[in-house]
Amino acid sequence: MQEKKVLLEMNHVKKSFDGVEVLKDISIQVREGEVVSIIGPSGSGKSTLLRLATLLDKMDAGELIYLGKKAAEMKEDKKGEKHCVYAHKSRLRQMKRYFGLVFQSFHLFPHFTVMKNITDAPIHVAKVPAEEARERAMKLLEQLGLEDKADAYPQQLSGGQQQRVSIARALALQPKILFFDEPTSALDPELTAEVLKVIKELAREHMTMIIVTHEMQFAREVSDRIVFMEQGVIVQEGTPEEIFETSNPRLKEFIGKLNL
Amino acid sequence: MDFAAELSKYIPMFAQLSEGFVVTVEIFALTLLFSMPLGMLVAFGRMSKIRLIRTLAKVYISVMRGTPLMLQILVVYFGPFYMFRISMGTGYRFPAVIIAFVINYAAYFAEIYRAGIESMPIGQYEAADVLGYSKAQTFFKIILPQVIKRVLPPVTNETITLVKDTSLAFTIAIAEMFTTAKQIAAASTSMVPLIGAGVFYYVFNLLVAMLMERIEKKLSYYR
Repeated sequence: MQEKKVLLEMNHVKKSFDGVEVLKDISIQVREGEVVSIIGPSGSGKSTLLRLATLLDKMDAGELIYLGKKAAEMKEDKKGEKHCVYAHKSRLRQMKRYFGLVFQSFHLFPHFTVMKNITDAPIHVAKVPAEEARERAMKLLEQLGLEDKADAYPQQLSGGQQQRVSIARALALQPKILFFDEPTSALDPELTAEVLKVIKELAREHMTMIIVTHEMQFAREVSDRIVFMEQGVIVQEGTPEEIFETSNPRLKEFIGKLNL
Repeated sequence: MDFAAELSKYIPMFAQLSEGFVVTVEIFALTLLFSMPLGMLVAFGRMSKIRLIRTLAKVYISVMRGTPLMLQILVVYFGPFYMFRISMGTGYRFPAVIIAFVINYAAYFAEIYRAGIESMPIGQYEAADVLGYSKAQTFFKIILPQVIKRVLPPVTNETITLVKDTSLAFTIAIAEMFTTAKQIAAASTSMVPLIGAGVFYYVFNLLVAMLMERIEKKLSYYR
């Protein structure tokens, strides 16, 4: 089998908040078309990893590489000390085109209609012609079963619908990678199911995705690879089979608790 | 009819009051026109990353809120002469009032804006950031429209207070409505001019409140 192109590479990432080390030397690679789930207990650093990958926070040390282009790397200063140096702002802004992020609590723009939420960034950031942006948005809405909600405002929608709109908003910029930060944690089981269904469909279309989730069954079904994190390190990484048939006692315990 | 005769006596009075009312409206409108944008500037200063600017804005707001507007009017009007021996002439009266009102109200508006901006959830900024919006786009497209909606009620409060505060212009003998009413009342030893002025203020504020309510309704298309 031919190896697919590496889209995202994070090497030896370290991050502390107020002296507390949240990520201790994390490395991860994601190839085109891969669906990677990141699981682990609260406080394991998985959301922090996502925030670093999406440039919402900056790493203390490590490399961040999108499609072979360095967003951040370790450079030696005159004294020979190594520092994590980020690329220029304008370059980082270009790199933001490579990925989209779906938040736990949606963060839709409440003063925009669903349509404007989806088309505004393509039109004003990516400079897509307005007509084309609208057509693209309509297609996405149909795909997500929301074609009748184009003119609604976010608060008129259910949580599940809002999350689907926020997925559409991210997809409208045609990212190469889509990140999900616990996309169903703010939803009840029924609404969770409708959002997970959408993500599964995206997986079938070979969308590259990195998903931080607590939905173990879902992670098992949708992922090519599962990463188990705890206390700022990757404890184990493998196919769903490898993870669920693990001999690692800690991972076993974690999965067992969630499957009860 | 006696009643009609009685009423006709007050016609000149109302004419005079109306003249004063025009000045009141001028002070009101000019103050709003300049203090609302200036307040935004001060609010940015108050939230600046540069410590010196932040401190300056903080001191400015503190002084403006901590001293009487009446005193500020006197300082602005007499300051040039007392401090620098520059004689501004009586033509400076009206500009002095406007300057005093604008710098005073800008401080209050600045605090209202700041509270509004700081109440915005960080998620809105983060969502905009990930979508690639620039800082300016994020502020003007995403943040500001939501802030305007949030600050409307306190801005309405300030605006209504301003209508009543215009009467402080009497301190340096500006012939606005309150000054006029006081003069007529003294000359005719009657309460009616003061009551008349009260009605003017009340109706004006009623209109202001109604207008603001309409704007609030217009912005209530989302929560």
